[in-house]
Amino acid sequence: MADTRTISAIVNGKSHTATIETRLTLVDFLRHELKLTGTHVGCEHGVCGACTVLVGGISARACLMLAVQCDGLEVATVESLAADGKLNTLQQAFQDNHGLQCGFCTPGMLMTLTEFLRDHPEPNEAQVREALSGNLCRCTGYQGIVDAALDAAKKMRGTTR
Amino acid sequence: MSAEKRPDSLTGFGASVKRKEDPAFLRGEGQFVDDIHLPDMLHAAFVRSPYAHAKVGAIDKHAALELPGVHAVITFADLPEEIRRQTMPLLVPHPAIKQPLLPYALAKDETCYAGEPVACVIADNRYIAEDAAQLVEVDYEPLPAVNDCRAAIEDGAPLAHAGAESNIAARFPVKVGDADRAFAGAAHVFREKIYQHRGGPFFMECRGAIAQYDAQSQGYTLHVSSQGSHRLKRCMLDMFDLGDHQMRVITPDVGGGFGPKGSFYPEYINVAVAARLLRRPVKWIEDRRENFLTTHQERDQYWDMEIAVDANAKIIGVRGQLIHETGAYVPWGIVLPWITATTVPGPYVVPHFKLDVISVFTNKIQTTPVRGAGRPEAVTTMERLMDRVARELKLDRAEVRRRNFIQPEQMPYKVGIIFRDGRPVTYDSGDYPASQAAALKTADYDGFAKRQLEARAQGRYLGIGMANAVEATGLGPYESATVRVATSGKIVIYTGATPQGQSHKTTLAQIASDQLGVDFNDITVVTADTATIALGIGSFAARTAVNAGSSVHMAAMEVAAKAKKIAAGMMECVEDDLELSGGYVRLKSAPDVKKSLREIAVKSIGMPGFSMAGGLPPGLEHTAHFTPDQAVYSSGTHVAEVEVDIETGEVKIVRYTVAHDCGRVINPMVVEGQVVGGVAHGVGNALYEQLAFDENAQPLSTNFGEYLLPMAADVPKVDLVHLETPSPLNPLGIKGAGEGGTISAIGAILGAVEHALEPFDVRIAEAPISPQRIVALLGEHARGRTL
Repeated sequence: MADTRTISAIVNGKSHTATIETRLTLVDFLRHELKLTGTHVGCEHGVCGACTVLVGGISARACLMLAVQCDGLEVATVESLAADGKLNTLQQAFQDNHGLQCGFCTPGMLMTLTEFLRDHPEPNEAQVREALSGNLCRCTGYQGIVDAALDAAKKMRGTTR
Repeated sequence: MSAEKRPDSLTGFGASVKRKEDPAFLRGEGQFVDDIHLPDMLHAAFVRSPYAHAKVGAIDKHAALELPGVHAVITFADLPEEIRRQTMPLLVPHPAIKQPLLPYALAKDETCYAGEPVACVIADNRYIAEDAAQLVEVDYEPLPAVNDCRAAIEDGAPLAHAGAESNIAARFPVKVGDADRAFAGAAHVFREKIYQHRGGPFFMECRGAIAQYDAQSQGYTLHVSSQGSHRLKRCMLDMFDLGDHQMRVITPDVGGGFGPKGSFYPEYINVAVAARLLRRPVKWIEDRRENFLTTHQERDQYWDMEIAVDANAKIIGVRGQLIHETGAYVPWGIVLPWITATTVPGPYVVPHFKLDVISVFTNKIQTTPVRGAGRPEAVTTMERLMDRVARELKLDRAEVRRRNFIQPEQMPYKVGIIFRDGRPVTYDSGDYPASQAAALKTADYDGFAKRQLEARAQGRYLGIGMANAVEATGLGPYESATVRVATSGKIVIYTGATPQGQSHKTTLAQIASDQLGVDFNDITVVTADTATIALGIGSFAARTAVNAGSSVHMAAMEVAAKAKKIAAGMMECVEDDLELSGGYVRLKSAPDVKKSLREIAVKSIGMPGFSMAGGLPPGLEHTAHFTPDQAVYSSGTHVAEVEVDIETGEVKIVRYTVAHDCGRVINPMVVEGQVVGGVAHGVGNALYEQLAFDENAQPLSTNFGEYLLPMAADVPKVDLVHLETPSPLNPLGIKGAGEGGTISAIGAILGAVEHALEPFDVRIAEAPISPQRIVALLGEHARGRTL
């Protein structure tokens, strides 16, 4: 029989309690149990970064993490970014700089950059490219994404100072 | 007729508007196939052959069926009769295909590549389905496997298919003039052997499908991550022997396609079979390991080529042999090697050409078009030959190319080859010398020698390389588009075009907005649902802007004309006095005298019991199918500047320039994104992406740790030069833009690497060129080498 456990986690500010199989990955928990399908599954082995979410404020591969590991923790997904439906500065920069084409890697890119720009408000291009090295994109050649990150950083600095 | 860009059009043709697609994707509200949750849905996992070649014997599914939560285990014997009696369809038949071998929906008695599906397990969720798949016992008898397409055609080679006459799927010649005679009198003949490795699409969203069965109509709905709903529908109708009304195919958001999502795969049949059997929706989502094993890849190609030139480096002829690996089956026939063969001459005058093309079976996943579709291989080969001529004759590489360009005044230019659309390859327009000149100028080619010298003084090795390409785009037969103004006044476009990131929902709306006098945001584009439009082809071969774009333009023009006709009747004036703007048909002389599109649409559908006035067909709508006479030819030049580390073999691209001509541009931002993204794909093919197989054709690289996609730090910033020679062959003057970024990249990068290593006399004749290979080729010259 499948081993189950009851967990409580705060996902995007909302508390969830669920009894789940211990083998359930965090990304499947988010997508299938909570129906938060914005977080995507690209490789299931932790390389592509499409499933990146923030757990306790730190980026994590939701495909490599078990849902039970999030018991008592806060999880933030792409769905948390646009407060009241309005795109945030980083999201808007992605649209302005054509930082997405098919849109599949985008949630992971956004979550990776959310953490990176929070910790590195004045990055240069090389640092942005380094930060993105854990996220694969097959459409854009990364140029639009890098431009979006730099654009967002600039605008975020402008609004907080 | 041409669509003049109207000065007041801020969002129509030619404007870099922001994409309509983006907000949903950015909020995590895209709807990819795995995001669709249907009530009572079950999940499929496949039992796949662990051998590249094996006989399949008894299958014991008892243990799997006993697992709680398992609903069915389907094997070949369990498939409906109409599925068992036929193999999957050959999408493009051709007389040169001697052995049109194709797979069954599940292996019948033999598997011909590792990963070929043998059984389909259906369970409450994917976890249980995978558990159960492990419990299905299959008796395999391994057979000798073919892992190399050159060895496959040698005497005594094992057969990739038991009982086949040989491993040759097809063999055909491509000829212009009399190459052998031309070679006999040539001043110089040079021979190059070039290997171009497989590689694949590796879209970020793996494949997937959900089938629903409706017992009432005995019909199906298939949601599938594809590049063309209508062609998949046709395949499913054939397989299941259904009427038009019994199969609806919907392609939701697609996370990249790059060619192979345009193929028809056995999993789609199996989920439909299971949905009928169990009367519940069934979903299958490919995992990344399955993606490495079973999604179509593109090549191996082995080229043995000669080029003949006169004393001035002018090409007399090109001839040779191309051994192309088709893999286990031939789903797309010979489309891929044919495109390759016909792309070789490119922008150069090649009076005599002869290529012997052999398409060969192996026990690896089949090869079908991936971004560029055989063209990158052809361009790489031709550009390696051009570099060779320059080296041998001690001429500048750009100069050798300049001496051989087709000149703009030679347009339209007949190459002398028949393309895969059955038409002679006739370049419609383009200025190839200008393209190279623009790229070299932006790349500061003239200043390179100084940069190289300075670097050498520091022990660093820089090289520069270039590649020119001409690309057949916008292939027929057509794409469909209906433009409809609903009685609410809201405008929708339905099309068979099936986007995977190309921004069709934005660009097609831009085209229609010019004719309809509304903002592009007021037009909704609904793609790839067979219930909304009867015909369609799909998005591949850089064809959608040309085909769907032209159809939208034509349909929107008709709707605009009809709106004016109806409004003229309502307003008692003549049509010529009217224009469309802001959602109204207005009197030009008094714009406040107007009828809304809503009022006109209501008028257009008539009133119950009343005759239709004016003899117009009902409805404020029109459906168009632009049918191009032939392909239109995009072109471009890539210039790569690299630094090669002679200790580690690492190649760093320090500067990258693209001059690109795709005719008139609908949305410059979108085109730039397509080109730059294409370059990244080419960078991967040139430097990183390698699919390893062992001697039994067992795949060894089945994850992104083993198969390297270019990362953000690997891909250079691309300097882009837009050139614009409008195509005369469609109403908007456009050409395809989706693949050009990839096509020239490999040739330019290989040329640059060889150039960097010139002091060591290293020759690069393979792609990808890995650090290990560079160090091996450097031999004693590798820095730090201890002999």
